Amino acid sequence: MILVDQNTRVLVQGITGSEGSRHTLYMLQYGTKVVAGVTPGRGGQQVHGVPVYDSVEDALRKHPEINTSIIFVPARFASDAVYEAVDNGIRLVVIITEHIPIHDAIRFVNYAKYKGTVIIGPNCPGVVSPTVSKVGILPNSVYVKKGPVGIISRSGTLTYEISYHLTQAGFGQSTVVGIGGDPIIGTDMVEAALMYENDPETKYLVVIGEIGGDQEERLANLVREGKVTKPIVAFIAGRTAPPGKRLGHAGAIISMGVGTYEGKVKALESVGIKVAKTPLEVVKLVRELSK
Amino acid sequence: MRLLEYKGKEILAKYGVSVPKGIVISSVSDIDKSNLKYPVFVKAQVPFAGRAKMGLVKRASNKDEAKQIASEYLGKVIQDFEVKKVLLEEGVDVAKEYYVSVTIDRSSRTFIILASPEGGVDIEEIARTSPEKIYRARIHPFEGLRDYTVNAINKFMGFTGDLASKFASLLRIMYNVFDTYDAELVEINPLALTRDGNFVALDVKIMIDDNALYRHGDISVEEEGDLTREELEARKYGFHYVELPGYVGVVGNGAGLTMATMDLVKEFKGEPADFLDVGGGASRDIVKAALTLLLKDERIKGIVLNIFGGITRGDEVAYGVVEAFKEIGASKPLAIRLKGTNEEEGRRILAPLGVKIYETAEEAIGELMKNLQGGGR
Repeated sequence: MILVDQNTRVLVQGITGSEGSRHTLYMLQYGTKVVAGVTPGRGGQQVHGVPVYDSVEDALRKHPEINTSIIFVPARFASDAVYEAVDNGIRLVVIITEHIPIHDAIRFVNYAKYKGTVIIGPNCPGVVSPTVSKVGILPNSVYVKKGPVGIISRSGTLTYEISYHLTQAGFGQSTVVGIGGDPIIGTDMVEAALMYENDPETKYLVVIGEIGGDQEERLANLVREGKVTKPIVAFIAGRTAPPGKRLGHAGAIISMGVGTYEGKVKALESVGIKVAKTPLEVVKLVRELSK
Repeated sequence: MRLLEYKGKEILAKYGVSVPKGIVISSVSDIDKSNLKYPVFVKAQVPFAGRAKMGLVKRASNKDEAKQIASEYLGKVIQDFEVKKVLLEEGVDVAKEYYVSVTIDRSSRTFIILASPEGGVDIEEIARTSPEKIYRARIHPFEGLRDYTVNAINKFMGFTGDLASKFASLLRIMYNVFDTYDAELVEINPLALTRDGNFVALDVKIMIDDNALYRHGDISVEEEGDLTREELEARKYGFHYVELPGYVGVVGNGAGLTMATMDLVKEFKGEPADFLDVGGGASRDIVKAALTLLLKDERIKGIVLNIFGGITRGDEVAYGVVEAFKEIGASKPLAIRLKGTNEEEGRRILAPLGVKIYETAEEAIGELMKNLQGGGR
């Protein structure tokens, strides 16, 4: 597994908000070690038994074992929460918050890189290593089986759908990473694939992409260069999307001729990656790989 | 959001970029108040490329002609976009046309300036036919636009002396506007070099990050943006809606799942009529509003609703469907796929409607398409 494992100790930033509080409960129910939360001005309270602090610094003083943060802070204040986590030396920051301005994201993503913090998101469902730990909002009921498939996805619901069918068919997952649907994200498909490359539990990769950007094309280059060697099955959403129109995810847009469905499929197939036509076909292609 | 041409020009002009002399009007009588020198170009303010080919840019040699063209444009609905403004501009004495833009480079996570001596055609065209004629200068967000970068662009464009310093100041303004307005794109194409040696922005395209609009109170989404009438309607309810040319209505929860549902419609030989994502944890009101929009849309012959519930609850979705049907009536076939959280509850609520609930999206769309084709299509 990658990113999240039995040693993960989680801080929830924005824990007293409705999303933060609800998902703290779901993470606890899943078995995640959520040790503290932060909401400025709410220090001393508790949320589902988790102590709340005014700042990340305060939380770390009491809980030095914290190594991961998950951010539910509303978009207007989320960037500040990211800088606070990075400046306090937290190594993994998962940003669930949607609608963060892209100029803000481009700055904090670069900043985190200099500081050596791994960022997942923004606008992502988070990360789960099934049956071990979950730092995110992926539904607990879907992630019940450990196994050889590593998933990298730009989507949320579509990931749950494909994970569900894989699990039904007997294929558990090592780790599922929702990298997020924004144009600028902390960890992209290529970086996530390189993490899986060094993970012995992961035997196959399922990549759930969509139109827009060039992550899928760059992944194909990495396979060509021999830097990613694990067998991959891909699904790309947005075959019927018109150019120039943004479809839900800010990153799902074909602009200046870059990011078309055809371009991605061609790039992936040119290096032997099987591209499923429908979400269900992903399961079929994984089964073929496993034989 | 893409700003209409006149608004983009207004912003650039405020920061010191030369634009053609002109006026923007919202009623024909505004033309009487202007003192433009004829002939002028009359340009419908629509957010599409290729306006000239669509007959949305015309030359008027006098005031009466200008009025006639403007009245033909105003109020016209093109691809569901209503023309509310028309721009009248004097001609410019052009010696040569260039391309220049500032945008975001997703893969390197930096900003980037694109410049080309081949202006007037769109950048995709230049990239395809002569990529060596585009200069790409990446700008790290912590550094900003530095002199060495400006010098390199000037050298590539062949500008020296006075022209180089004029172009340098243009680049600085564009970068400043890009930064100040949270833009995703600030593009001048064509950028004219006039016979008397000045740069004039003939057409401007500025795209502002939707998520940063709250920081820019001087921009009006309704008046200056690119939303169609239905998209403006959808915006009120807080779901993502994009109109497409087909006849099968598509509703899903989550952008990826909704896109995949559109693709499945196509896979089953249908044509999606829309992309409608109700989002995560959608309430019955949002589901009701979404279905109502599609039930009322005359282009749509049948609807598929694809829900994989995580935070979205099956019972809330079901109540939304029931309420939409109560109000509008079951005027067209609906195929529902409902899976996940509170699925059983949802099925129970939907039972009285007599609508079939499917296990997978494939089954739902397959049945819907059979039904539509059987129904005389």
